[in-house]
This record gives sequence, C-alpha cells and structure tokens, in this order.
Amino acid sequence: MNFIALRALVRKDLILYFSNRRALIMSIVAPIVIAAFFGSLFGGGDDGKPSRIPIAVVDRDASPLSHAIAASVQADPAFEVKLLDEPTAIAQAREGKVRAAIVLPAGFGDAAPRALIGGGAKPQIAVHFDPSQATVMPLVRGLLTQHVMKAVGDSLGTGGGAAFSLPFTLHAEASTAAAKVPYNGYAHSFAGMGVQFILFMGIEVGVGVLLARRMGLWKRLRAAPLSRGLLLGSHIVSGAITALILLAIIYAAAIAFFNVRIDGSVAGFVGIAVAFALLTSSFGLLIAAIGKTPEATRGLAIFATLVMVMLGGAWVPSFIFPPWLQTASLVVPTRWAVDGLDAMTWRGLGFSAAIAPIAALLAFSALFAAIAIWRFDWEEPRG
Amino acid sequence: MPMLEAQGLCKSYGSRAVVADLSLSVAAGEIVGLLGPNGAGKSTTVAMLCGLVGADRGRVFVGDGASRIALTENTPDAKRRIGVVPQELSIYENLGAAANLELFGALYGLAGTLLRERVDAALTLVGLADRAKDKPSTFSGGMKRRLNIAAALVHDPDVLIFDEPTVGVDPQSRNAIFDNLESLRERGKALLYTTHYMEEAERLCDRVVIMDHGRVVASDRLQGLYKRLPVVETLEIEVDGTVDLAALAREPGIARPAQDGTRLTAGVADLGRTAPALLSWLAAHGHTVHRISSGRADLEDVFLSLTGRQLRD
Repeated sequence: MNFIALRALVRKDLILYFSNRRALIMSIVAPIVIAAFFGSLFGGGDDGKPSRIPIAVVDRDASPLSHAIAASVQADPAFEVKLLDEPTAIAQAREGKVRAAIVLPAGFGDAAPRALIGGGAKPQIAVHFDPSQATVMPLVRGLLTQHVMKAVGDSLGTGGGAAFSLPFTLHAEASTAAAKVPYNGYAHSFAGMGVQFILFMGIEVGVGVLLARRMGLWKRLRAAPLSRGLLLGSHIVSGAITALILLAIIYAAAIAFFNVRIDGSVAGFVGIAVAFALLTSSFGLLIAAIGKTPEATRGLAIFATLVMVMLGGAWVPSFIFPPWLQTASLVVPTRWAVDGLDAMTWRGLGFSAAIAPIAALLAFSALFAAIAIWRFDWEEPRG
Repeated sequence: MPMLEAQGLCKSYGSRAVVADLSLSVAAGEIVGLLGPNGAGKSTTVAMLCGLVGADRGRVFVGDGASRIALTENTPDAKRRIGVVPQELSIYENLGAAANLELFGALYGLAGTLLRERVDAALTLVGLADRAKDKPSTFSGGMKRRLNIAAALVHDPDVLIFDEPTVGVDPQSRNAIFDNLESLRERGKALLYTTHYMEEAERLCDRVVIMDHGRVVASDRLQGLYKRLPVVETLEIEVDGTVDLAALAREPGIARPAQDGTRLTAGVADLGRTAPALLSWLAAHGHTVHRISSGRADLEDVFLSLTGRQLRD
C-alpha cells in the first residue's frame, strides 16, 4: 500500500471539498436550517406540548347544558375554541381555518338527559371537519364525548357528575431517554436532514470522479503507479472523512442551539456515524461506477437519494408509515441510519441498540462498494 | 539504445482493429513525433504506452541497458519512469500550482525535501516559479498548459509522452512550450510527441512516425521522409473555373493536382520548368490565373503521398 499516495489523494479531496463554499453551504447550513424548521413542526425542543387544535363550536340550543358543554370544551387545553354561528363555522372548516366545527342542535339540553336515562330519542351533534386534517377526528370525537358526558351528568345532579365520569385517571409521559426528559422534535429532524444532505455530498464524490474522467485527470491518476484499489479506496476514505466532519458539525449545531442530546450510547452514536459515513462514500462510488455523464448522473442520483431518505423516515418518522411500508423500508439503508441516530439521541438506548444499524449500514456499504468495483469502467476512451 | 520501445502492439475493440502491429522506439535525448489524423489510433497507442490500456499483443519496454523493464510485467516500476501529458488540462484548478505538483509527485512516492525540490525544479523549468502558490483558475490558457506539462515532470521520468499538448494554445505560449520540450531533450529525456500540427513536428521532432488506420505507414527522420516525395515543391494558384484535374495530372512534371474553390494546388518536381508550362496549360483551357505562389513540400505532403488523404481529415 502506497500510504504517501493515499494520504495525498485524501488530502486533495478534503482541501477541494472544504474550500468550496457552495458545497459547504449545501452540506452544513441547509440541513441545519431545514432541520430546525421540521423540528419545530414536530414538537420542537421546549416543553414537548403539542400545538392546540383549532375548532369551532356552534350553540344552536342556547340552554344551560349546551352552555356548560361549550365552556367545558373551551377549558380543554387540547383545543383552541371559537364560538361561531353555524354558516361561519362550516365555512371556516371548509377553508381549513378550523379542524372541525361542532354544532350542538336546538333542543339538545332537553333531549340529551332523557336519552341518557329514559331511552328517549338521541339528539345528533353534527361535526363538520377539514378532510385534509382527518387524523384529528378521533381526538375531537373522544374529547367531545368526555365533555358531553360530564356536562349531562352534572345537569342530572348525580353527585357532581361522578356517576358519569371516567372510571380512571391517566398519567401520560413521553418514553424518552429518561423520566422527566421531554421529547425533542429537533433530534429526529437533525438525524433526517443530516442523512439527506450528507448523501448529497456523497453524490458529489461520485460526480467528481466522473468529472475527473472527462477532464483527463483520471488519465493522469491512472498513469501513476497506483493500484485500482488505492484509487477507488482514496475516494472512500476521503468521502467518509468528509461525511463524518459534516455530521459532527451538524450535530454540534443541534446540541448547541436546539438542545439535542446524545442520551444513549456515545459509542453507539459514533459507530453509526462511521458506518453511515462509509455508506455515503460507497454510495458515491456506486454513482461513479454506473453513471455516464456528470450532469445526467447528478439528477438521477439526487432523485434516488430523495426516495431513499423519504422511505428512510428522514422527512417524517417511519412510525407513521403504514405497516407494510415500515417493513419494506428496512431494505433502505437510510432507514437504519435515521433510526440508529434516533435511538442514540432522544430514545436514549444503549450500545446494543446500535449494533443492528451499524451492521446493516456496513453491509450496505460493502454491497455498494462491491458493485462499484465490479461495474467500474477502467478502459480509456477508444480511438 | 531506445529508452521507450514498443514491439508489435495490437489492440482491437470487438472486431475493429484500432492498432495493428505497431512498433516504435524513442531514444534518450530524442523527440519522436507520432502523427496521424483523427481515428488513426494515436490515442490508443499512447494509452498502451502509458499502461492505461492493455495491449492484445505486443510489448512495451522502458529504460535502456540493464535498467530495461517491460511495462506489462512490471507495471508500477515502468510507470514510475514515464511521465504523461494528456491532451486535456489534467490539473486541479482550485489547488495551488505547487500543491498540484506536490500531489502528482506524491503519487509517485515522493515526499519531504525531495518532493519540494522536484516541485521547485518543475515550476522553474516551465516558468511558473513565481506563481507557485496561485491557483490555476487564475492562470492564462498557456500557463495552464505549462503547468500541465510540469505535472508530468515532477517525478523526473526518463520518458515523457505528450498527447497533443498545444491544443488551443496561443503562439507565444506554444513557443514557450517548445522551449520546454527542447530543454528536456537536452537533459537526455526521451520524448514522444503526438500531434496533427505539421509545423510542430517539423520544428521539434528528430524523427517522425506516421500512423494511419492503426498502422505505421512511415517512420524516419524528416529528411528521409521528404526524400520519399515525388515532388519537392508545391504550387498554389488562384484560378477561375473548374479545372480538369484528370487532364492536368497527365501533364509531365505535375503531381497530385487538387482544387478547393478557386485554390488549385499541385506538386512539381522542377519548379522552373513546370510552372510556366502549367500556366500555359491553364490559359489554353480557358482559366484566368489571379495569383500564384510556391513552397517546399512539407509533412502534410508526405502524409498525403503516403495515405492519399489529408492529415486533418
């Protein structure tokens, strides 16, 4: 092994990459900014409280019972309640300004208690909801039921509503790294965006090889007394080092400014970072091996990367995927990277939880590198 | 003794023979021109001589006497003794000039003081010592070409292979590059120079190897090549109308007449006797002559004579 040549090639790649301001902005600033945005959407990093659901309540009954229900719903911290007339409420649901419009019908105050105890006709509460936000409907339905039952019970004078209250109390706590440690939405978004933009850097590794071939640099490199393994290996080493440095900078920003913590195994985090760095550089080599022109290859590689990070849960956590996709996405290497980084940060898991992601990422790296070496066209242009 | 020698090189892609039974040699202190039109097989030949492409048959040797080694059997050691200047600018635009050379020197195992000395020497030779820290992106085209040459010199090879190193270079920079090459010849380097610029080969080369369709069609010193010509002078005449070239070719002393628009050319063995006869023939056939000039036959004529086509076809 010619270590002088290897060191020179790696050093050259690092100097060229880190002296390229545009590349640095794309690789460092862009993931931090986008991760901050996504992180704030998915819970942020302050008290872990979800944002309140905007709803409208229409009281067509204007009875003491309907007033009590409206007041109870207004007092619920899960809701941000507007009291509106029916046309306005329905219009706002249609416009997406409220997630749902709840209409308490006229006569509700008389009919509801009778229906509860005497089997009278049940009054109907209409809920008009924004179909683009249908996932909040079960929550609205459940909380509304709770508030109505309590108010109706109170109206019947059954001991302050005790007879119709829920037969349990609920203590909810986020299962994070440790008790009292709130979930930090930034932890996941930094993992996802870090993975995405570092893979973009990997694309540049591959495109750089293609450009070198076009420019004749590759001819000069191949004319030197270097083995093929050393030539390709230098790109793997420099790509991996670059990926590690970028990941370190991105997580340093996450820790410094967004309160992200490595609450799990630090060794596991480092192991996953190294394995992902190797995956990035071998992915770059794969691109160089199967690509034809730099321009066409860059476009296709970006598309492939976006699909990988989407399926890997980098944009939205993979647990909201349908079950079949959660299983299918295990064949996507980015899924292991994102899940692994999540496990070592906000989930606070130990090193044993890092072993599977590390093994999977290394296996994908070896597969990519093997295909790259197999498919790489060593022949010079014919003429 | 040749410093670089190719024996019976053959290379085919599929059923197409790109290089067939090519042999050539370059001695220390000699510049050999490898000439041929596009598609003649020059690039593949250069690639085989550099070890970039394996030959189907034949061998390449580097070095002379006891130091002679076969490229195919001892590739790394042979490559250390060859410097390649690709046709394309193969330097890193965003690395400093010296940093470029340090990189390429390191690829050949150079390090430390020796590397720095070689870098300084190469930059001095090509006249870029005062721009050592500057990036090639700030250089003129000619300076980049000179750095491209320096990158092949930094490991001090015995053999240098130049693949059309002056493409797109202004005349001043071209002369500077020629000075560099002559300086290298004086230092005892063996230089193989591919080009399709006749005037470059005539100025620089001690010997010329002419390729066509993958084969060597001539290999000799320039004077030896000129002796093969049936004519020693060429006439160029600006003339009206379309000349009956077949009839003209039958006239005594006229060789290879050709017409391109109003430009009529023909080779003549005896300028004093043939030129007046030719002018009379043109007048007799109704053509008006506007201008006439003559010149000595050159490599272009040699190539045309050997292959029947222009070098830049």
